[in-house]
Amino acid sequence: MTGIRQVAEALRGLLLNAATGLAALGLLVMLAAGVLLVPVAGVGLLVVPRVLALVRLLARAQRWWAGGVLERDLDQRYRWRIGPGLRVPLGTAVRDPATWRDLGWLAAHSLTWPAPILLLAPLLLALDQVWSGVSAVEPGTQATFAISVAVVALAGTVLAVLPMLEGGQARLTGLLMRSDASLTGRVRELMASRAAVLDAQAAELRRIERDLHDGAQAKLIAIRMNLALLRSAPDPEQARALIDEAGEVAGQALAELRDLVRGIHPPVLADRGLAGAVEAAALLCPMPVHVEADLPEQLEAPLESAMYFAAAEALTNVAKHSGATAARVRLRHAEGVLRLAVWDNGRGGAGRAGGTGLRGIEHRLSALDGTLTVTSPPGGPTELTMELPCA
Amino acid sequence: MRVVIAEDLALLRDGLIRLLSAGGFEVVEAVGNGPMLLRALTEHRPDVAVVDVRLPPSFSDEGLRAALEARRRVPGLPVLILSQYVEQLYARELLSDRSGGVGYLLKDRIGDVERFVESVRQVAGGGTAMDPEVVAQLLRRHTRDEPLAELTTREREVLELMAEGLSNLAIAARFGVTDKAVGKHTNNIFAKLGLPPSDDHNRRVMAVLTYLQAVPRPS
Repeated sequence: MTGIRQVAEALRGLLLNAATGLAALGLLVMLAAGVLLVPVAGVGLLVVPRVLALVRLLARAQRWWAGGVLERDLDQRYRWRIGPGLRVPLGTAVRDPATWRDLGWLAAHSLTWPAPILLLAPLLLALDQVWSGVSAVEPGTQATFAISVAVVALAGTVLAVLPMLEGGQARLTGLLMRSDASLTGRVRELMASRAAVLDAQAAELRRIERDLHDGAQAKLIAIRMNLALLRSAPDPEQARALIDEAGEVAGQALAELRDLVRGIHPPVLADRGLAGAVEAAALLCPMPVHVEADLPEQLEAPLESAMYFAAAEALTNVAKHSGATAARVRLRHAEGVLRLAVWDNGRGGAGRAGGTGLRGIEHRLSALDGTLTVTSPPGGPTELTMELPCA
Repeated sequence: MRVVIAEDLALLRDGLIRLLSAGGFEVVEAVGNGPMLLRALTEHRPDVAVVDVRLPPSFSDEGLRAALEARRRVPGLPVLILSQYVEQLYARELLSDRSGGVGYLLKDRIGDVERFVESVRQVAGGGTAMDPEVVAQLLRRHTRDEPLAELTTREREVLELMAEGLSNLAIAARFGVTDKAVGKHTNNIFAKLGLPPSDDHNRRVMAVLTYLQAVPRPS
């Protein structure tokens, strides 16, 4: 019985492959047309991202099927998300190796999907030939026996070959979407992001050192000098001036230290955690910002910090550049992903090319393997989605 | 006037005790953590409490939380919160019961002893003492706001000082004018912002702060 089930499953798999193969061919043609259309008034720029979204969905279906056959996990990690209306951040998608792996599979699959049919065709033709021979000979003769044997042998071969063909297709998919290849890629990515984190940390420490050295430290020295001068100040008038100056300088030193601390680790984040800190940041915006937070548990400090600074930067962007009259922040932690979405009803058209703000956010998040998705059509609204994977 | 002090750093705690004693206050207890503060406040019911926002054991905003809890148990208990930084979120929480007798100042302000002691008295008297930094942040949110843009420079300055909790008399002293002149400015401000006129000083301060804390209207 298992034999029959296997054959039925193989047949279903091969039919599915033929269907996805045809779809792949269609998408390949559309993609080529889209790319060719890019110079034509940017029509292609509307087509290509949507085709990429469809390719990703098709690849996901194929990965799911092949993973089932091979009993192996073929999951792929992307740096981009498919937005509503199949919108895709083209820049990020093009720079993502996962996209190119999908495209490689697309090309291969759209060409190789007929292979099982081409292999099966001669066998089926032969079977048909032999079968038609049955009616030509008299029943009960040796020829009938020979033909029967041939029919059974051929049918057996077809049945035996079917699962092999399905397995072959699945292995091809597995090979093209190889997870060990993606592992090497992951290692390379992680090494790069680790190097970036270390660089950023070193630069940050240098900045703090310089700020302290030229700022608060220098001011404390100045205050001590004033106090020393005070000992030998000849008249009360001069003494008063020295005291006033020392007070003034001490105030400046405190203000500098306050700013420095806020830049390192905002006290409100330490006090109230991510949700409270994001709410505090929203309070500084000149427009109503609705904050919705669903954080069932305390998160790791580096995650909170990275997400807080990303959120603060995003809100600053909204306040400064969007011209929005309302904004919304949604903070969620579910299924191992910390997600923060900042929406505003401003003029839209926000992009990484526009300023360093968005790139800064992306950089900050990528150090922790996170992503930034920007949806900002001209005329708005704008939505930034920041995601950080958490264990 | 009886005062309770909460500050975990001995250096600053001793400084505050010295400073407030010299200013004519009787320091009934000086504590160093949140639970002790809550106990001291409910036990002594002082005329005013001067509280550091960050206290052990959690080293988060424990001082603020203990003070808010004490005000829930003893309504109207005057509390002045001191902090190394100002946060609108905390200002809003302090002002939310609208009963006055609250202050929120940067620790830097202790440097100006006279003004600081005056602020403590103000809070003890049921008034308000908001840090200029809090008010500046609030005003910054309203840069695009219509009614505020209509204020003259002097009216804006008066609004800032009023939001900090200063009385007409104190504002007049700051500018070197008569308090009648300041009264004229405050009337103009209330008319322009569409706030109901009131003779009660504390109620006026609350009205101004509530106005500034509300979400600005889009222009």
